[in-house]
Amino acid sequence: MRTLEQTTEEILSLAAAHFKVPRAELSPADDFYQKLRIDSLQALELLTHLENHFSVELPDYEVQGVSDFRTLASRIQARL
Amino acid sequence: MGAQAGGMTKPAQSSEGKTLSWEVRDGIIGLALHREPVNEIGLATLEELERFVAALPDLQQHAGALIIYSRQAAGFCAGADLRELYAGLQNADGMAAVRGAREFLERIHRVFNALDAVPIATIAAVHGVCFGGGFELALTCDLIIADKMARFCFPELRLGLIPGFGGIPRLKRDVGNGLVRDLLLTGRSINATKALASGLVSQVAAEGEALRAARATAAQVMKFDRATAAAAKAFAKPIPLDELRREIDLFCKLFTRPVVREALRKFVENTSAHPYLP
Repeated sequence: MRTLEQTTEEILSLAAAHFKVPRAELSPADDFYQKLRIDSLQALELLTHLENHFSVELPDYEVQGVSDFRTLASRIQARL
Repeated sequence: MGAQAGGMTKPAQSSEGKTLSWEVRDGIIGLALHREPVNEIGLATLEELERFVAALPDLQQHAGALIIYSRQAAGFCAGADLRELYAGLQNADGMAAVRGAREFLERIHRVFNALDAVPIATIAAVHGVCFGGGFELALTCDLIIADKMARFCFPELRLGLIPGFGGIPRLKRDVGNGLVRDLLLTGRSINATKALASGLVSQVAAEGEALRAARATAAQVMKFDRATAAAAKAFAKPIPLDELRREIDLFCKLFTRPVVREALRKFVENTSAHPYLP
């Protein structure tokens, strides 16, 4: 079972790789819309990547209003 | 575009439009959606879909399958053109707005019913977003093949509406009513894995590979006797015409309420990167 820290770290690495942003520029408290320069459709793309990677189903209403990596990680963690 | 051959005009086997294009290749009709940003369906797309459906009887003489896909990177289709829908509400009084909506829906239903009934195999090759009217277009097809980044959603209740292009009856035809209510009442999107497990999608391909998988499937389907395949399709995929009719009526009944106008206004005026939908 992953810890929340491990889940957060994996999300940061996945987001960095998918949106081609240096991993070192991302931290858990960052607003991923701003840091990744993504819109709502790309945020859905990120959600799909995370669902596929963690093999979970995360209803998008659970991440509505969520914009930082740490909270996103906690929502994923609750489904693992 | 008709081609001249020995003084005779051949039926058009390809056409390049503003919102969509088609061509026949290897016995397969490819219908490509390519309207910026994500193939929103408004009047321009409807008119070109009507032209495509009018061309289908000729195209079928040269093809045994139809694949609908998108050339837009963000996905298959984001649904109805909500900006156009809002403008229609703004520029007309209540009765005229309903008349306009009904006329549009009657036309799109004629097109979707024709696609649903075409006697050759039809496949939606889906990547990225497949929402609302785009999902309804995919549901007219015999098979949906999705890449692993596809997402399916009916967001209409978030706008105070129901799907209006035939979504509920066709989704009910394909999957269990529990999933129908889940998608409809929560407005959430599901990924390709969930869609596959639900029976909505028949295959999941790697990212960017849905069209290739659809072409391989079409090639397999075309090996069989055409008349038998058409008979099997008609038997296995009845068109729920009565429910489709009632869906139009219900949509029109809901359409002019203030809650819809307000939700559409919020959508149109939203400039934030964050999703605005409730």
